[in-house]
Amino acid sequence: MQHTISVVVENEFGVLARVSGLFSGRGFNIDSLSVAPTSDESLSRITIVTRGDDAILEQITKQLNKLVDVIKVLDFSEDNAIERELALIKVAAEDESRAEVLRIVDIFRAKIIDVTPKSYTIEATGSPIKINAILDLLRPLGLKELVRTGSVAIGRGAKGWKG
Amino acid sequence: MKMNGARILLESLKREGVDLVFGYPGGTVINLYDELMNVREIRHILPRHEQGGTHAADGYARATGKVGVAIATSGPGATNTITGIANAYMDSIPMVIVTGQVPTPLIGNDAFQEVDIIGITRPITKHSFLIRHAKDIPTIVRKAFYIARSGRPGPVLIDFPKDVQISQAEFKWPETIEIRGYKPNLEGHQKQVEKAVEMLLVARRPVMYVGGGVILANAATELTELARTLQFPVTTTLMGLGAFPESDPLALKMLGMHGAYAANMAMTHSDLILAVGARFDDRVTGKIATFAPHAKIIHIDVDPTSIRKNVRVDLPIVGDTKDVLVKMIDCLKGQTEKVAAQHSAMEAWHEDISGWKAKHPISYKQSTSVIKPQYVIQKLRELSEDDAIMATDVGQHQMWTAQFFEFNQPRTLLTSGGLGTMGFGLPAAMGAQAAYPKRQVICVCGDGGVQMNMQELATMVQHRLPVKIVVLNNNFLGMVRQWQELFFDKRYSQTCLELPMDFAKIAEAYGAKGLKADKPSEVEQVIKEGFAHDGPVIMEFKIAREEKVLPMVPAGASLNEMVLNA
Ligand SMILES: Cc1ncc(C[n+]2csc(CCOP(=O)(O)OP(=O)(O)O)c2C)c(N)n1
Ligand SMILES: [Mg+2]
Repeated sequence: MQHTISVVVENEFGVLARVSGLFSGRGFNIDSLSVAPTSDESLSRITIVTRGDDAILEQITKQLNKLVDVIKVLDFSEDNAIERELALIKVAAEDESRAEVLRIVDIFRAKIIDVTPKSYTIEATGSPIKINAILDLLRPLGLKELVRTGSVAIGRGAKGWKG
Repeated sequence: MKMNGARILLESLKREGVDLVFGYPGGTVINLYDELMNVREIRHILPRHEQGGTHAADGYARATGKVGVAIATSGPGATNTITGIANAYMDSIPMVIVTGQVPTPLIGNDAFQEVDIIGITRPITKHSFLIRHAKDIPTIVRKAFYIARSGRPGPVLIDFPKDVQISQAEFKWPETIEIRGYKPNLEGHQKQVEKAVEMLLVARRPVMYVGGGVILANAATELTELARTLQFPVTTTLMGLGAFPESDPLALKMLGMHGAYAANMAMTHSDLILAVGARFDDRVTGKIATFAPHAKIIHIDVDPTSIRKNVRVDLPIVGDTKDVLVKMIDCLKGQTEKVAAQHSAMEAWHEDISGWKAKHPISYKQSTSVIKPQYVIQKLRELSEDDAIMATDVGQHQMWTAQFFEFNQPRTLLTSGGLGTMGFGLPAAMGAQAAYPKRQVICVCGDGGVQMNMQELATMVQHRLPVKIVVLNNNFLGMVRQWQELFFDKRYSQTCLELPMDFAKIAEAYGAKGLKADKPSEVEQVIKEGFAHDGPVIMEFKIAREEKVLPMVPAGASLNEMVLNA
């Protein structure tokens, strides 16, 4: 099963290598990974989308917690968190397909951020499911390039994890 | 007071109580070594190879319980420590390794003798630090020692660039340190302990399964008290040997691949396993699917990742093993009637165990013409002091030592369990001897592995470390040969060390003493003479070449499918 794990770490050099090394060294999967500093500059937040059964997830969380530079591990599920991803999509757009692309962009509330006579570049944000859906529609028109950020996630409700 | 970074590091080591380090100089630690001449309180031992120095620091740590310290220069010096670091990591040994590094501005430039040692050792260290400013040194050293020795111990590496060693800063020892991401869970949960005790008291076929965690936590006394109070049989892993006296009638001895028949049968038939500081390694469990099929499992460990990694656990207790054992003992104090009732309810179980012990004790066939290795080990026990420290290398001789040298005290066996590192024994013994100059330190090696760090004989002679080295010479890489005999149709591919080496002469060449025995009748005399000598000795025993370590659970088989004699 897919899982989104949010890891609060010391914002120091080498920490990302420790976290990603743990996944590769122990044969855990990484579907996507994103990292950036938080509002507290001494902290970074890493969001990892991974896969595995309950036993594997238990090991992943425990192993992450064991790293000296890891301060907090949050295991997110659909009910307790909101997940978003951004995608930059370059799609072929000539003649009749130009209008079709615009319609799709409109439906998904995406944005055109670059235009040429032969292409549109689109910025889309949303849940990974939504990104996959827009891609499914655009693919037949001719995808030229795709860049995704990977998911970031935040817990639902008023309570925040400071930093 | 201002001092240079090198001096700040040494002052910091002193504050951590370090009085002995094992190290090897070179370009990027030359400043550190220069300062060392001004610091009388730190004794330095110069091994002949950085691997030897790292294993020596490891042996020192195993024997004393203190943090072992090793120093190496950058590049090849640092890479030579890798096996030693991995070895300590796998067995959770507290160690701090200080490596020189090229000057900060050159890092990343492929400078002369530059390697990314932090990157290389990341998966085999508990943590590591690169020192960027001399003012940070005291805090880094303090954190490194705290991380190395607390929780589940392990090696910590400090990379120390040459320019930082030279630069000046104020030496200020931090009163406290705070590592927000590192808070080992030491206190066992009282409710969990009470639940565990309830389970213990209704068990009818219980076994205590004890690992190296008990020794690391200095909890052998508490463990022994608990076992005797409950009258539970106790089996130990290789790393756990010495945590419970093997002379005790409750002792089942070692379990697992080359464990005692009674220990493996007890695990298989048990209805409750109390695992203390052990991690259900594959050499212990055999085939997981059939491991302890009838048992509920209570698992005490300071490292949460050890729990449920390999086997299902019915009741986990995360905490320092000593803390948890003390709580269990306290909890039992008010329940003497239940304890007594359970003693009688376990009579049938103790009878089963006595039956297994009698049916297949750990034994061997004695010979009058050729020296049996097991006989040498028995004689070593008989003729050595009770508190003698025994280091082993890796191979058949290691298993014979585990089986036949009775271990009754913690920290008296130094052996490479997790990594199985040939070449570990001799330098580890050297480290232990440096810690305890007056105690008897013995090292049992094979003719293969002894040659992997033989150069440390020079160190022993130079620093007057009178280790008693025993070479069980079968002219084979015996353990591999045994597998080839049993599972590869006796195709002895590259395991025959046919060259007639004279180990005694090698000892003499280094300025140590060399002795040898070819016949069983000479064994006792050689050991007595070796033990009586007041310097390092090699005692070589030409043993039965194709003797096997038995019993044996073949890899992947169930614990009760033991090859008893083949
Ligand atoms: C560094 C290293 N290389 C290889 C091995 C694989 N290995 C395990 S036991 C063994 C044979 C050891 O032979 P020897 O030292 O003569 O001991 P014996 O088994 O004969 O007692 C080997 C090669 C190892 N454990 N460590
Ligand atoms: Mg051999």
